[in-house]
Amino acid sequence: MWRDALVVAGKDLRIEARAKVGLNQVVPYSMVVLLLFGFAFDQDRPLLQQAAPGLFWMAVLFAGLLAVQRSFSVEAADGAMDGLRMSGLDPAGVFLGKAVAVAAQLVALEALLTVGVVVLFHTQLAGAGLLAATAVLATACVAGAGTAYGALSMGLRVRETLLPMLLAPVLAPVVLSATEAWRAALGLSTGGGWRWLGLLAAFAAIYLAGGAVGFGALMEET
Amino acid sequence: MRFAEVPPAPSTGARLPARSSLLTRALGLSAVVGLGITTWWGLWVSPPDVVQGQYVRMLYVHPAVATMCYAAFGLCALGSIAWLWPRLRSPRWDRLAVAGAEVGSVFCLATLVTGSIWGRATWGVWWTWDARLTLTAVLFALSLGYLALRRAIDNPSSRSYVSSMVAVLMVLTVVVDHYATTWWVTLHQNTSLFKPGPSVHGWQLATMGMSFVAFGLVLAWLMVHRYRLEALEERYEREGLSAALEARRSEGPAATGRPGRGGPQPAVGVPAPVPVAGQARDQEVVAR
Amino acid sequence: MLPAVRLRSAVALVGRYPVLAGADLDLDRGEVVVLRGANGAGKTSLLRVLAGLLPLVAGEASVLGFDPGAEPRRLRPLVGLLGHRNGLYDDLSARENVRFAVRAARLGPGAVDGALDRLGLLGRLSEVPAGRLSAGQRRRVALACLVARAPKLWLLDEPHAGLDAEHRSLLDALLDEVAGAGASIVLASHEELPPELASRRTVHMAGGTVVEGPAAPVAPGTGHPAGVPVVPAGAEAPRVA
Repeated sequence: MWRDALVVAGKDLRIEARAKVGLNQVVPYSMVVLLLFGFAFDQDRPLLQQAAPGLFWMAVLFAGLLAVQRSFSVEAADGAMDGLRMSGLDPAGVFLGKAVAVAAQLVALEALLTVGVVVLFHTQLAGAGLLAATAVLATACVAGAGTAYGALSMGLRVRETLLPMLLAPVLAPVVLSATEAWRAALGLSTGGGWRWLGLLAAFAAIYLAGGAVGFGALMEET
Repeated sequence: MRFAEVPPAPSTGARLPARSSLLTRALGLSAVVGLGITTWWGLWVSPPDVVQGQYVRMLYVHPAVATMCYAAFGLCALGSIAWLWPRLRSPRWDRLAVAGAEVGSVFCLATLVTGSIWGRATWGVWWTWDARLTLTAVLFALSLGYLALRRAIDNPSSRSYVSSMVAVLMVLTVVVDHYATTWWVTLHQNTSLFKPGPSVHGWQLATMGMSFVAFGLVLAWLMVHRYRLEALEERYEREGLSAALEARRSEGPAATGRPGRGGPQPAVGVPAPVPVAGQARDQEVVAR
Repeated sequence: MLPAVRLRSAVALVGRYPVLAGADLDLDRGEVVVLRGANGAGKTSLLRVLAGLLPLVAGEASVLGFDPGAEPRRLRPLVGLLGHRNGLYDDLSARENVRFAVRAARLGPGAVDGALDRLGLLGRLSEVPAGRLSAGQRRRVALACLVARAPKLWLLDEPHAGLDAEHRSLLDALLDEVAGAGASIVLASHEELPPELASRRTVHMAGGTVVEGPAAPVAPGTGHPAGVPVVPAGAEAPRVA
């Protein structure tokens, strides 16, 4: 399973390194989203500072949706999903590999978005340990749930619209928890930051385990 | 239609008549009577509350509707888990799941609407970021996603499998969500909209009890009919299959003019007709 | 010896549409069979059933001794499927596509160059991203992935599509070699049969069933159904453009 995960993650990241869809499209898109949030809040600097963690995680959610869509459109383009099913790869390995590839892209994006938030919203970074731990767990949540729902909407005609519709409410607790953890780390709310990590860890465990167990069936069934 | 020519399928669907039985009619009738009594008691018999005044009458709708919403989603989760359990796997559980999800989302919308009206009446706002209210809204969005997914999958066995998996994952998501929203609300020191209300007694208690009975009957009646509808749809598809198979087979050898087209259609699983030597008709068949 | 493929009254659905409506097929190990029939006759669906990608709702199937519906994951590594689409990643080069197939199948990296060479893809072509190759070249890359995996059963859906004359004969030589090594081949085609294929056993499909070349016990050694005269080169094959 782990070996197959590495093979698949390597393949997905190599494709991304060639196509540079993330770098050329998703990163600029996320930056524009941050700018638009600035317009929406009418340059209200204190308000933007207060809202920065939430806006950051909303931008990550949007980018995560795009990354998952991309991860599966690569498989759908030339019927490669049949190839994956015929390949003998462990379905759990395929799931984990695709999730790891999405997560790696999201972590890189989050690093850039953090710079964007500091520059645009004048956020003062603090509590680096909590920030980083939150980012890791929340990324695992977005990548795990995203890959699971991406897999099951894979063969459906309405994939492009169904996926955001399914994924957005599912990821609601992730956005909420990650935002609150970051607010605590940045000193925008009082204490209790670490307990949100517990929720994120539980969510990530549910979707990574559920996806790994169910992915074979999801690949078969759709 | 050609289905008249098809022998009835010997399966669970056959035990479910197309029309409602005496029992379900009685159920529907008692639900209507129960709602009537609740309305009568709720609007005319029970007195206004000392604290809430006339607004207390929402007590006879909202709590019962919300409870039925959770009960229906509970049945959906139960059906999904039972379907995934290899020993219990049966189309019945999937019907229970779809019935629970659909009826549950109707009650969920009703919960949000009545809760919103109550909130407007007592607190002056349509919406407050109360933990339970927020969670119910997310639950409604999740159930719409679940139903959209079911509609998007054509193959019945895939639909059962995928939607059961998703239902179980969503139950776990709701558990995480419950903690997230609760902590979030306490963090901001919002007051709960549904804090223990005024003490309920006498006619108020009776009317509230009646509302639970009435909406419980409505839930049961809707569940039974949605379940039956699903079973009938499955039967329709199964019987349509025999006809579709025959039509499909006739595409090829029909060019040679095979006689006896009008006879009874073979059921699924009957061996294919004896291959007829001849050339395939050069025709386009668009497979969906 | 177990037959490579045994299908009896196979019924398969796509959505609610019966793509296979009771198909029978027998195939011995090392045998090549050409599936003929009009568009929509069920050829592709038959191949997908044999690959364990499309479950049967009625009938029986045994492929290489496995039930493709019950144990697809044990069967599939032994089967190579070339579908209508090539299943290539446009952003990866020909070599990287073959290498991924080889890694996924847990084979040594040595198989990559041999397979590319067999399809005439070594050299400059192997480094070009698959998305920039021509249709025929992409077909050859997909075939190279199969060659590298060396399956026991080859399922080829219109493998000649897009190939030029030179590579058509290359493919036919390849098929001979594969069958000679003991692998079985099911090849679906609605094109005019190339002369190399015309001598092979041919069955016809129409309306989701096999209407010609019915299932029959295979006489040992001949590779042709006993009692059924060997059809001379394309004599009864309908010429469907």
